[in-house]
Amino acid sequence: MSELIIDGEPLPFIEGQTVAAALVAAGRLSWRTSRVGHRPRGVFCGIGVCFDCLVTIDGAGGQRACLVPARPGMTVTTEEDDDE
Amino acid sequence: MSESTDLIVVGAGPAGMAAAVTALAGGLRVVLVDSGTAVGGQYWRHPPEHARAAIPTDDLHHGLREYRALSQALSAHSRRGRLDLRLAHHVWSAVREDDGFAVHVVDRRDAPRETAGVLRAPRLLVATGAYDRQLPFPGWDLPGVLTIGGLQALLKGGGVAAGSRVALGGTGPFLLPVAAGLAARGVDVVAVCEAAHPLAWLRHPGPLLRNPAKWTEGARYGATLARHGIRVHPRTAITRAEGGDRVTAVRIASLRPDGSPRLGTERQVQVDAVGVGWGFAPQLDLLVPLGCALTDAPDGNAVVAVDGGQRTTVPGLYAAGETCGVGGAALAVGEGRLAAESVLADSGAAPVLGRRGLSAVRSAVARQRGFARAMALAHPIPPAWPAWLSDDTVVCRCEEVTAGAVRSACTGGGAHDHRQVKQLTRAGMGWCQGRMCGPAVHCLTAQEQAYTPAERLVATPISLGALADIDEEH
Amino acid sequence: MTLKVVVVGAGVVGAACAFHATSAGLDVTVVDRGAVGSGTTSRGEGNILLSDKEPGPELDLARLSRALWDEVGEELGPDSFELDRKGGLVVASTTEGLAALGGFAARQEAAGVRVEPVGEVRDVEPHLAPGLPGGIRYPQDAQVQPVLAAAVLLRAAVERGARFHPGEVTGAVTGREGRVAGVRTAVGDVLPADAIVNAAGTWGGEVGRRLGAPVEVLPRRGFVLVTEPLPPMVRHKVYSADYVANVASSDAGLETSCVVEGTRGGTILIGASRERVGFDTTMNPAVITRLAAQACRLFPFLRETHLIRSYRGFRPYCPDHLPVVGPDPRAPGVIHACGHEGAGIGLAPATGALVTAHLLGRPWRGADPAAHTGLLPNRFLTSGGAPE
Repeated sequence: MSELIIDGEPLPFIEGQTVAAALVAAGRLSWRTSRVGHRPRGVFCGIGVCFDCLVTIDGAGGQRACLVPARPGMTVTTEEDDDE
Repeated sequence: MSESTDLIVVGAGPAGMAAAVTALAGGLRVVLVDSGTAVGGQYWRHPPEHARAAIPTDDLHHGLREYRALSQALSAHSRRGRLDLRLAHHVWSAVREDDGFAVHVVDRRDAPRETAGVLRAPRLLVATGAYDRQLPFPGWDLPGVLTIGGLQALLKGGGVAAGSRVALGGTGPFLLPVAAGLAARGVDVVAVCEAAHPLAWLRHPGPLLRNPAKWTEGARYGATLARHGIRVHPRTAITRAEGGDRVTAVRIASLRPDGSPRLGTERQVQVDAVGVGWGFAPQLDLLVPLGCALTDAPDGNAVVAVDGGQRTTVPGLYAAGETCGVGGAALAVGEGRLAAESVLADSGAAPVLGRRGLSAVRSAVARQRGFARAMALAHPIPPAWPAWLSDDTVVCRCEEVTAGAVRSACTGGGAHDHRQVKQLTRAGMGWCQGRMCGPAVHCLTAQEQAYTPAERLVATPISLGALADIDEEH
Repeated sequence: MTLKVVVVGAGVVGAACAFHATSAGLDVTVVDRGAVGSGTTSRGEGNILLSDKEPGPELDLARLSRALWDEVGEELGPDSFELDRKGGLVVASTTEGLAALGGFAARQEAAGVRVEPVGEVRDVEPHLAPGLPGGIRYPQDAQVQPVLAAAVLLRAAVERGARFHPGEVTGAVTGREGRVAGVRTAVGDVLPADAIVNAAGTWGGEVGRRLGAPVEVLPRRGFVLVTEPLPPMVRHKVYSADYVANVASSDAGLETSCVVEGTRGGTILIGASRERVGFDTTMNPAVITRLAAQACRLFPFLRETHLIRSYRGFRPYCPDHLPVVGPDPRAPGVIHACGHEGAGIGLAPATGALVTAHLLGRPWRGADPAAHTGLLPNRFLTSGGAPE
């Protein structure tokens, strides 16, 4: 298993999985808070259409976790209430 | 390479793969563009090549022989330099230009880095498929509620099951392979809620009888479900998802013929994940701005109008697969072949299929379209589905616009289509641009008409920096 | 007897005409083939600007309109149409540009516009690129959500007795001495009218022709870019000083000068391109990349921000880039209220008040026809009564 770093913590994954697949495999179904109602959100459509699964990857915001392949050492930060 | 391209194919699912292989066999130079990390699209979704040993998914697939043949043909053409395969490339705009088309791509192979580029060719074939059509219900935005396509994508692409006790709901035959796939990975599929009546098929028995291959596929899923003790509950729906930080239960109700829940039939089922889908919405984002004519399909979607050779009304522009009407992978492959034959003919190249071969593909396509039509009529969106919405149910997930707000835009604001509702409420103005809520908002405003998606001039988000860099080059 | 008025067009200008005319007690019917605000109104950023206007007839109308938007806000609630008195910031990119901007602002100030020179523009707009030599802040510039504004004005008019009649106007019915007596619609309805207001925006030329009062109103295509929603990053409407030159220009080719502003929804809007290509709706990616590059030069953080949407519309312009507001002498009873180019949202309330003043034959809400003669259609007419 390889590892990426999510919010400072290591997250194992199998190479070939997306960031979302790695998160779900680890039992995490939500990693974002909605802008208006501050509700928990995670993966919904799983194919890049719904934009519920957005994360920041290596400093770049607005990345769909369901599309971006996980890579060893990648830094993922989740966007919890970042517009407060 | 792009200077000498004869054809750009957007989308490497069943239709795009078949089209590219046929066009390559006919001697054309092809660029095949897809946003994924492997060819196959949603139906034949696979992990990237290098990961297939670590993430085995072959047993989840149907029709793999065809997939392998097409993949191998693409690889061979790629090695010979006839095919330029652009994986992890998203198309943000496609426009007509001089005597052909300019396809504006963003290369995300090094995601999150984005590099913009332009591909040009005299002919363009769009085979961008479809995505799950969604109807909102209370709690559908809880973590753990996914589209059935999302459950399938995690399973086929990453070998991951999103839960251990899963309920599925919606309508259409796609529920079955998802249930079978989850069961094959040890998931307890506690309920499959099919809104349609099982006898609806009998109203159109002809297409069923003429498509025995569909029986075999259906029987295989049926056997898998029976082996795992999974029951499909006809005329039922998941009308509510419950939980705090994630879904912990669903409410399942029996439906009246119009789709409204029967009072007193509701029961609660404990789950840790849910999959929902109400057929598919064709991905028309590139086609609508190109100006091709649309036509109404029996499933309530507007789709691209094509002639018998998959030509759109825009010269040099072809479409195949779900963009022309949702009908499944076998139909998409046939349409892809027909489209490529038209490209060959229109380019002055010799056909690949002989006359007999071509007519066999044509009759298979006609037969499968008949099946798709029967399937659409047997699995409609139940007209009274808004009955399970409450005023505070979120309809637009991105901007968190509620059903109550949409309704008051229609009654108080005078809106009578989803575009006007968007202007008045912001439903459909967020990240997904109405791809998720568009069909539902349409149903809440103008259910009697086919759903035509809003024109989206930007088909996928792209960073302004990537756009700026390509401007500086000029 | 109450004057019967038919307003052709339910964009923001038509809605403002209906709002003021009903407030003055007139009997108003609004006719549109589409929904409220579904034409050019829905395709702009919602600008209420004084900053981009040279002293002259348009600035006079804009100053009145700015005050009337505040009145509308007081009357109907500023939040109902997202009235945001954010102010504008025009930034120069060179010291020569700053000097020219200073001269322009001085003339505006003499004409009654409030201007505030800014030395260090990053003090008022922290995310601007470093090294910009300075700019001018225009505290009166504001923004509204244009479709909501049109909808709110029209709803208020309807509450005061106006009617909305869906349909397409095909011609005028004339009575005594060639005076209009009604309008005819595509389905054959005839709506009685003592006066017809041509508030058809970009289609004002065609509607004028159908009413026997042709005016030259032409489309000028513009694209707007919309980013992903962000926390507040841009406070003002910020644009480069060359925008003013482009607004006033008559060049046929593509012109872009970037205008950047935030919205209440969190998205950032980036305009503005100008192309004279008729009603061609084709996407032009070169415009998108050019605006993106200009916006990133102004606000470097935008490089990492995603474009999620773009839309385009057609600004209605007259050959001299001034709106045409007032009675048409060739067709007694027809009053034009169109050709506002990119300023229709900002100029809507004053246009509605001025049209109402023309209908009443006396000043209304600060709009005195005698003070806005430069906008009359006469300016296009030769002695023979045909457009020049």
